[in-house]
Amino acid sequence: MSVDKTLLPLIHPTTVMIKLTDIKKAYTTGFNTLQVLKGIDLEIEEGEFASIMGSSGSGKSTLLNILGILDDYDSGNYYLDGKLIKDLNQKQAAQYRNQFIGFVFQSFNLLPFKTAAENVALPLYYQKVDRKKRQDIAVEYLARVGLKDWSDHLPTQLSGGQQQRVAIARALITQPKIILADEPTGALDSTTSNEVMKLFKEVNDQGITVLLVTHENDIAEMTKRIIRLRDGLIEGNEQVADRRIIAE
Amino acid sequence: MFDLDKWQEIFNSIKRHKLRTTLTALGVFWGIFMLVLLLGAGQGLQNGVEYMFRDDATNSIWIRRGTTSEEHNGLPKGRRIQFDNEDYAFLMEQFEDVEHLTGRFYLSGDRTVTYGDKNLSFPVRAVHPGHKFLENTIITKGRYLNQTDLDETRKVAVIGKIVKETLFGEEEAIGKEIDIGGIVYKVTGVYRDTGGEGEMRIIYLPITTAQKVYAGTNEIHQLMLTAGDLPVPEMQQLEKEIRAAFAKRKQFSVEDRRALFISNIAEEFEQFQNLFWSIRAFVWFVGIGTLFAGVIGVSNIMLIVVKDRTREIGIRKALGATPRSIISMILQEAIFITAIAGYLGVIIGVGLLAIAGNVEADFFRNPQVNFGVVFTATLVLVIAGALAGLMPALQAARINPVVAMKGE
Repeated sequence: MSVDKTLLPLIHPTTVMIKLTDIKKAYTTGFNTLQVLKGIDLEIEEGEFASIMGSSGSGKSTLLNILGILDDYDSGNYYLDGKLIKDLNQKQAAQYRNQFIGFVFQSFNLLPFKTAAENVALPLYYQKVDRKKRQDIAVEYLARVGLKDWSDHLPTQLSGGQQQRVAIARALITQPKIILADEPTGALDSTTSNEVMKLFKEVNDQGITVLLVTHENDIAEMTKRIIRLRDGLIEGNEQVADRRIIAE
Repeated sequence: MFDLDKWQEIFNSIKRHKLRTTLTALGVFWGIFMLVLLLGAGQGLQNGVEYMFRDDATNSIWIRRGTTSEEHNGLPKGRRIQFDNEDYAFLMEQFEDVEHLTGRFYLSGDRTVTYGDKNLSFPVRAVHPGHKFLENTIITKGRYLNQTDLDETRKVAVIGKIVKETLFGEEEAIGKEIDIGGIVYKVTGVYRDTGGEGEMRIIYLPITTAQKVYAGTNEIHQLMLTAGDLPVPEMQQLEKEIRAAFAKRKQFSVEDRRALFISNIAEEFEQFQNLFWSIRAFVWFVGIGTLFAGVIGVSNIMLIVVKDRTREIGIRKALGATPRSIISMILQEAIFITAIAGYLGVIIGVGLLAIAGNVEADFFRNPQVNFGVVFTATLVLVIAGALAGLMPALQAARINPVVAMKGE
């Protein structure tokens, strides 16, 4: 069941965190131009827990990269918390990423030569937070994801689920406006996946907007809203929470 | 500005990547180390040869007697040419360029020298006062032979350091009387000589005294002279003139090379100088080659290092690293490692040269390096490493973090 998004502000008066209008993006390889995004219109409000679903080639990763200011778009407008994110230089992009966005990746992407706490503290290094202070904050965030005792372990000494929890702690440490997760459970077994999803839910319960990309239905259904992408266009938009309530 | 936090980040990275650090460091270390050794060895070789010449005046001509090999003016060949005191006087008067002149009168074999209850054999040379300058004799106590000693045929002796130590030990030698082959001489001077131990075993006597006492002649066995700072071409001219003058005096053909042997040390020295130039040019050629190989090695490693860090760069960028912070991180680390490695190369290279400096060898002495040169070479390697790292670092800082993170 799909809900017209434009009606939502009337029901829940919240601020719009992400607003995309007619976003288009093409990749050129050699002589071929591949139109990946063909005009995306999307609004995500503060405190939402949404997932972007789609098969490979649907453009979901590209969309996530644009949302994460990791990639440019060709036309349209992208507002993040009211700010137009367009034609930024590398430095501005880096600063916005650092301040507004927390990333969680499928392959965790922890630095292998740094301990769990050092990995979590890394975003604060780029905010010029004092070494001792950011280390303390990192341990605090590791405690939140239940890994306080693993602070001094290297990523290789942790299980996949633990590594992803470290990555989530790292995404949270800058107190971002939004958490973007790219297939966060893609490398995990179902039990661990559920744990990680539970953690995302807790994060979301604290009011942080969480947006994740997945191709797994059961993962998507643990979020509150599913945005379906197909061939570079939004195909569907459904609220899961209602269905879940019905199911319960 | 010194950013302590940044350096801690760099040290952390260095500490956790020992192999990478070692490889980078080794490239620079080895280049500088070999360069120091090479330059040092070249200099050591040069110092060694120069030192061998130090014993003798470098602008000197030595004249030795020979036997005629051609008939001349009706005189048969096979005639032995002789020198005497008049030849000495002739050289002194006729040649203005001559600065110091001496004859040498050799006593055959070593002579038994007696002082108190000590009996030892030492070589004896009878010379003119000018000999002091030809052998670079350094008087440490008393005085050298003088003209009065010769004029009055005094029985005085100047003894070498070894002679003094063997005969007298700690005792004062000046004014003491020693017996040389049955004749008693008074010691007037003690000398040392840079030519080595052998040169300090010699006893010098006034030539006139020795001629009178041991042979009863005015014969001279060898004549030696210096000519101040006369340039080599003029030294060769002087040599020619001396040969011509003696040919006339002694009635032999100027063309007869066996009648008179003249060695021109200045000429030999210049030949050695030319040899040094060749050696130095060769050392520089090989040195620059070594440096170039080092530059290539370091550049290569830097390319690999940056490639190796692509994923790390992607992650850092996603977390908010600006391109500038990425580039400066890579460069600072590279410069730090290469500078330390270069410094170690210099220290260990120079240390090894210092050890090699203790080795006693004829043609090798006191190897040294010019610190300016070594410093420049290190700088070249550090900059080359930094430049080699800069290109891929710029590229890495520009690439999309998503792409960088996916690349394994």
